[in-house]
Amino acid sequence: MIRIIAKKEFRSLVSAPSTWWMLAPMQFLFAWFYFGRIDDYLQVQAQLTQLDNAPGATIAIVSPVCSVLALMLMMLIPLYTMRLIAEERRNRTWVLLLTAPVSAAHIVLGKFIGLMLLIALIVACCATMLFTLLLGTHADVGLMLANILGMLLLAASYAALGLYFSALNRQPVIAAASALGVSFALWLIELTASDTRGFLRAISPNSHFQTLNAGMVSSADLIYFALFIVTLLWLTIRRLNDERCRAS
Amino acid sequence: MNPPVTLSAQNLVRHRDHRLVVDNVSLELRRGEVLGLLGHNGAGKSTTLQMLTGALPPQSGQIQVCGFDLLHQPLQAKACIGFLPEHPPLYRDMRVDDFLLFAARLHRIPSAKLAAALELSKQRCGLQEYGKKIIGTLSKGYQQRVGIAQAIIHNPAVVVLDEPTVGLDPAQIRDIRTLIRELGNGSSVILSTHLLNEVESICDRVIILQKGRLIYSGSSAEMLTNGNMEEAFLLITEQSSPETTR
Repeated sequence: MIRIIAKKEFRSLVSAPSTWWMLAPMQFLFAWFYFGRIDDYLQVQAQLTQLDNAPGATIAIVSPVCSVLALMLMMLIPLYTMRLIAEERRNRTWVLLLTAPVSAAHIVLGKFIGLMLLIALIVACCATMLFTLLLGTHADVGLMLANILGMLLLAASYAALGLYFSALNRQPVIAAASALGVSFALWLIELTASDTRGFLRAISPNSHFQTLNAGMVSSADLIYFALFIVTLLWLTIRRLNDERCRAS
Repeated sequence: MNPPVTLSAQNLVRHRDHRLVVDNVSLELRRGEVLGLLGHNGAGKSTTLQMLTGALPPQSGQIQVCGFDLLHQPLQAKACIGFLPEHPPLYRDMRVDDFLLFAARLHRIPSAKLAAALELSKQRCGLQEYGKKIIGTLSKGYQQRVGIAQAIIHNPAVVVLDEPTVGLDPAQIRDIRTLIRELGNGSSVILSTHLLNEVESICDRVIILQKGRLIYSGSSAEMLTNGNMEEAFLLITEQSSPETTR
């Protein structure tokens, strides 16, 4: 049942013109940043060779570019998650799922996986661009893979957060604005928290992405992402179950 | 011997915005029966139907569908129901075939039987020529047909239709009434409507709601003993209105 809902969501997302209108400029911007970073690197490459332990092409190009993509995903994902539940309620198609023999867990996981398939496609397109570095230099494939994993986990966190707000609200715009607001607040926490306030930094998905962005895969970060995603999906399932089983 | 009970609701209560919308309503539906749900606007018809299908939980009361408790065994109970709400739940950007197949899969029809179920539901609703059309481009009448097709594609034991003939032209209304009568041969059908001649022509039994309360339950033939359906409906609703009884 999860597969059926995920497949339908993915097909709906891919067949919507708005998806391509959003993705095309995003790919363009990503390519712009990517070639910009390559250009910057080529300009300072001669000076870098004189340094001891100089940063390689991969960390100088891939890491900043992936940070930019993470920021773009943060802004883009709430626009998709608002469709998943809040828009179905507004369009009155939600009743089809409510009266079908499917559980809230099936619905939530199906929708989450459907969106993740689209996000995986976006990340795959960007990753393909990054791998073109291999054509010109000995790039650090491990660092690239860590970044791809980081982007997927970060995007999954934003998707779970957006899905929760989509379940809380009946208006898609409010769902998207709430999810974006909280994602943005978490990002600001990571930016502004001082070193003495490490706990603040620890609650932001972005700070855990930074570790992967630098090429380090730590089990603590993976556990954080897993907990963040599972907790929000569980809260969404609970919210829908409350709605379906308890009269307000 | 009486046919088995397929849908049973006991003492349903539901408030909306601190207003009592459904007040202690009980009803029963047997296999092969077509039950008409009548009432003025705001009488609680749609709310009652939503509760019977699991779209809205009741604040108190019990619902059993084919022997399964809707609140405690929702998956088994919902598998026996097909529901067309007041606003058909259609994904306007999908093709008719894709949408109906999605509805069929949601109702756990095995892959091997999908094609046959799709063809049968399209044929019953007169949609054979419209499989490749995008739902959003269809007229209101055909969208209503797609809504009915999704409600019957899994051949449910109980079909719940909320104003199924709204927005249809006279020929379509005739076809849908024939379909409902046909559905009543194998399944149980409960439908809400404002068209009293519809009740007269297709319903075996009638219940009337007024301000959330059930004020009449009987066969449509019994109702017709008071003259025509319209007169009988007005007589019953006026007799039980608080202004009259005071």
